[in-house]
Amino acid sequence: MRDPTIGVLALQGDVVEHLRMLDDVGARALPVKRADQLDALDGIVLPGGESTTIGKLLALYGLMEPLRRRLADGLPAFGTCAGAILLSRATRFPDGRPSDQPLLGAMDTVTRRNAFGRQVASFEADIGVRGLDGPVHAVFIRAPWFDEVGPGVEVLAEVDTPVGARVVVARQGRLLASSFHPELASDGRLHAMFVAAVRAGKGTGKGS
Amino acid sequence: MTDHSATAQRGTDRVKRGLADMLKGGVIMDVVTPEQATIAEEAGAVAVMALERVPADIRSQGGVARMSDPSMIAAITAAVSIPVMAKARIGHFVEAQVLQSLGVDYVDESEVLTPADEANHIDKHAFTVPFVCGATNLGEALRRINEGAAMIRSKGEAGTGNVVEAVRHIRAITGEIRRLASLSRDERYLAAKQLQAPFALVDEIAESGQLPVVLFTAGGIATPADAALMMQLGSDGVFVGSGIFKSGDPAKRARAIVEATTYADDADVVAKVSHDLGDAMVGINLDDLPASERLAQRGW
Repeated sequence: MRDPTIGVLALQGDVVEHLRMLDDVGARALPVKRADQLDALDGIVLPGGESTTIGKLLALYGLMEPLRRRLADGLPAFGTCAGAILLSRATRFPDGRPSDQPLLGAMDTVTRRNAFGRQVASFEADIGVRGLDGPVHAVFIRAPWFDEVGPGVEVLAEVDTPVGARVVVARQGRLLASSFHPELASDGRLHAMFVAAVRAGKGTGKGS
Repeated sequence: MTDHSATAQRGTDRVKRGLADMLKGGVIMDVVTPEQATIAEEAGAVAVMALERVPADIRSQGGVARMSDPSMIAAITAAVSIPVMAKARIGHFVEAQVLQSLGVDYVDESEVLTPADEANHIDKHAFTVPFVCGATNLGEALRRINEGAAMIRSKGEAGTGNVVEAVRHIRAITGEIRRLASLSRDERYLAAKQLQAPFALVDEIAESGQLPVVLFTAGGIATPADAALMMQLGSDGVFVGSGIFKSGDPAKRARAIVEATTYADDADVVAKVSHDLGDAMVGINLDDLPASERLAQRGW
């Protein structure tokens, strides 16, 4: 089977790191900036960056609705940090107030932006992820966490926080989202997990 | 669930450089009030630089330019959800300690403020907060990275609205990187000596063909076309200082510069967003600027 074609949304953020990691795990990776590029994709990665900036540009350049439609039709997606926020159905400021920024809303999750704190609280750590042997080295940059996950969402990783355990990796069918940046470390297993899900779904029509 | 506390580390090079990675392809805007910060965020800025006076006003008003009042930085931090940067004087490590204590996301050790130390820059490894530093050439960039800078911006000539120095500096840095990449290993020792930079960094760049940190451009960017020019010249993103809030229609210009940065390689987009932006800042011809007023010469 030919390698799956995975787009990396390239409006802003750490696009190159995702392209490199996807390439390493056997995908054909390409940057995506326009709606007409979506048709050729077997999956899409929403990178880290500023979720407000990326959301505004998605709306302004006519990508929001076409991408929502493709996601609704089963296009697999993997969002890291800002990408996880964009995939969520709602997001909150650190203090819990709702943020009305533009979102794709493909996952039944509610995210909290910068939940771990400002940059001085950013950290890297080894965390366990269900389905992977051995810890993943996770880089959290002004990271969000998941305040709520719906019944159809699997929790793949949680971490201890001062306010209790919080979800940091979630999966809903072939939509995967992580609070942290696997693309900033050298461990490609989450990307490999995503690409494997894309491969498994190819030719079967809609995703789960 | 993981008890990650045993392995958790803050303030590592990866965590510091990582935030700059998240800003790539974006525009960082100078703001002096919470209202301007909100306009910048609404326009799609990836971060704001909180300061008391934009460089154009520092130029016209003169006097010693220092770190901003903490109340002003706190008010801007409260107004936006995007990262907030703030400037410390070159070598003024106590201003940097104060900024870290205030919770700013990035400290800019900046030549736009009046230098506090004419020999030493801040030891940036000693901080949890990451630093961005200016550079006019590759040697200067590598000296700053060696001191712990997690992001570099080419200096340009701030507060002039004139992009000529920014072009000179980004071309100098990217050109020197290309030259290093062509050197054999035994030629890199001399290159390190000429650049007045540590051999390990020179060797790393010669192998990878790129800086180990994100490279933005600053100093004189005033139009969408200026921003797109910098991106096409190899910049990872742009700082816009006086260019936005010293112009006729700041909100519109800010949004136009964001769009031109994202779609820098698409002339149709740059053309579309360049229409009817109102007056650009007036600007200064560099030939008219005496050497004593050239900010890019500060830092060593």
